[in-house]
Amino acid sequence: MKKGFKAVLSLALAGAMIFGMTACGGGGGEEASGEAGKVLNIWCWNDEFQTRFNDYYPEVKEVAEDGSTTTLNDGTVVNWIIEPNEGNNYQNKLDEALLNQESAAADDKVDMFLVEADYARKYTNSDSTMNIADLPGVLDATSDQYEYTKEVVSDADGNVKGVSWQACPGLIAYRRSIAKEVLGTDDPAAVQEAVADWDKFAETAQKMKDAGYFMLSGYDDTFRPFYNNDAAPFVEDGKTLNVDKNIMDWVAMTKDYTDKGYNNKTSLWSDDWNADQGKDSKVFCIPACTWEIDFTLTGNADPDGTKDPAQSAWGDYAVCVGPVNWCWGGTWLTAATGTDNADLVADIMTKMTTDPEILNKIATEKGDFVNSKSVIKDLAANYEGNDFLGGQNHYALLSDAAEGLSLKIASPYDQGIIEKMQAAMKDYYDGTVDLDTAKANFEKSIKEIYPEIETVNWPK
Amino acid sequence: MARKNKPEVKEISYAKWGYLFIAPFFIAFVVFQLVPLAQTVYYSFFEYYRSGLTVIGPTPVGLDNYKELFNSDFLKYFGNTVILWLAGFIPQIVVSLLLAAWFTDVRLKIKGKQFFKVVIYMPNLIMASAFAMLFFALFSNNGPVNATLVSLGILDHPFRFLSSVAGTRGLVALMNFLMWFGNTTILLMAAVMGISPSLFEAAELDGCSPRQTFFRVTLPMIRPILVYVLITSMIGGLQMFDVPQILTNGKGSPDRTVTTLIMYLNNHLFSKNYGMAGAVSVVLFVICAILCLLVYFNLNPTENDRKIKKRDRFKPRKEALNG
Repeated sequence: MKKGFKAVLSLALAGAMIFGMTACGGGGGEEASGEAGKVLNIWCWNDEFQTRFNDYYPEVKEVAEDGSTTTLNDGTVVNWIIEPNEGNNYQNKLDEALLNQESAAADDKVDMFLVEADYARKYTNSDSTMNIADLPGVLDATSDQYEYTKEVVSDADGNVKGVSWQACPGLIAYRRSIAKEVLGTDDPAAVQEAVADWDKFAETAQKMKDAGYFMLSGYDDTFRPFYNNDAAPFVEDGKTLNVDKNIMDWVAMTKDYTDKGYNNKTSLWSDDWNADQGKDSKVFCIPACTWEIDFTLTGNADPDGTKDPAQSAWGDYAVCVGPVNWCWGGTWLTAATGTDNADLVADIMTKMTTDPEILNKIATEKGDFVNSKSVIKDLAANYEGNDFLGGQNHYALLSDAAEGLSLKIASPYDQGIIEKMQAAMKDYYDGTVDLDTAKANFEKSIKEIYPEIETVNWPK
Repeated sequence: MARKNKPEVKEISYAKWGYLFIAPFFIAFVVFQLVPLAQTVYYSFFEYYRSGLTVIGPTPVGLDNYKELFNSDFLKYFGNTVILWLAGFIPQIVVSLLLAAWFTDVRLKIKGKQFFKVVIYMPNLIMASAFAMLFFALFSNNGPVNATLVSLGILDHPFRFLSSVAGTRGLVALMNFLMWFGNTTILLMAAVMGISPSLFEAAELDGCSPRQTFFRVTLPMIRPILVYVLITSMIGGLQMFDVPQILTNGKGSPDRTVTTLIMYLNNHLFSKNYGMAGAVSVVLFVICAILCLLVYFNLNPTENDRKIKKRDRFKPRKEALNG
């Protein structure tokens, strides 16, 4: 008796020890739900879509206090899996989940995931995303969307694999107060004159400098306008990376601006970059995209949410088109192959990206340039203006430009390439290295992260 | 023969309990350490990575990964690692020796020893990544350190620490120093206190100055512990990762001068390149082993001759690593 007890006890202890050693590797484990209904897993890298979904999707019943789940009217629990984008983190975690998709339990399967233009093609060229023609009603509903938003998520055979609620024309957002002081006016048409091409942009930058201001916050702000107008994608055959001449123009211009003191030497998303959009900043303008108005600018200009022009930069911003037409990404919803909730995914896609009423609300309340030609047309004519932009109707300004947007140059490798390009060139702008070393460092980084890329070609 | 002869006395073996109790460790060790270790070596001879959602390989490629490794800037990263380690370790060992000598000196009678011991050990309790985040915020271009320096009139405009080679390396070294000098001080104090007081008394009677006592008595007597500190710190230094990784946001910038060997390894995991990452690990392992043996046999020549001492040989412990 006693001996048996001892054996059991020691086994239990041994088991407990093993469990203790392995438990930390488990990573989370069980689902909190279990009460009613199914689980819908949505993967994304920030809360942009989540807030829009919680605010505007008609079936939302309640949102969990910590925001990690949303319960729908039919009892379905929407589970938000949010992984930061930087350094490929989101893609790596998502890849892991997608590769295990077949063997995962129904409630653990990825049902829907969001992608950015910089790597959309990686997923839309794979079998991991569903053709939206196979989802009831979605494709028909997208007829009013901007063409480029479908083009970038189409596979080689022309099947559309994702949908977006936004189109993302680029713009120049500038501070009205600084424009008045230096340029004598804050009228968007007059400011547009002052930044109509890169030569005038540089002239204005000099004026800003003379008046004690910076034209731009940092190095990477002007990257997207150049990159988006590249002649060809970075990588076309999966082996060679061709750097476009446009990119080198960006490098030369940024180095020149840095040496002349036109920018405040910040890097994209850094603390000082964010601070440069606030009330006390000396920075005149930021090339931005429509999604940045709500997602980035508003929060940085008015961190306390006062909406009070006296205490923040609320109402002190306005936008103009700037030197070139360009766009910066956007966010696409894709249905994961193997989802057990295809009908619900289809409904979310249809409602969130094509329903005119919802899109109208997103536009007027969040400032997104929504992905519907008719809604934008209506807003361009009838919208009374965005408070944050001092009452400006930016839809009227950008509706023409949006028709001509293109993301033909997107390749599956762009996120890594762009991050490494900006990081390598930062050393050059900072004066730590010369241009050739910066280029060599870029090549080294690329070969580390994309072993399949064999050669990097620079423009003559 | 109707009755069986008396029941056999069962032999009681306690050994099985011993095996049972150490089994969990060995099972965990084999599953979580030995197998991955063998796999690392094995895959270092393969082309094996992920391109998008497609897994490439594993295809055997012989020594190609090693060739590529030695054609890369591997030596530069090794140099970075050694510089970062030494820049932290040299001040660390000097300060630790000094503090250990002061705290153990019976004639100095420092008050609040316990308090100071706790305080100098404190930085070691913070997670390295949290510590690096803290420094990242403190020394950012518009952070409090720059704000203070400018408002005191010491600088005209903020110094961009993380854009300068010396600034970034200096911060990494400073952090490693702060995190580990307390730990080293306590180890060295234990070593000094293990020296027989009669030696110090004899030295004093013979008219040794404190400096002579330190260099002629204390230092030679604590040499085994010094070797231990050096080896553990060296292994930890070669594996330096979290502090520079977080401080430079994974970039190892400027000009890759803060890229350590493990950060280089980590870059290969971006595309799950197990082949190259395996090769880096194997080379790193060999370097570590060689350096440890060199240090061990050079600084401790008599140790191995003395049989009695053999049991006390120090094995570098993984947890106690770093700077």
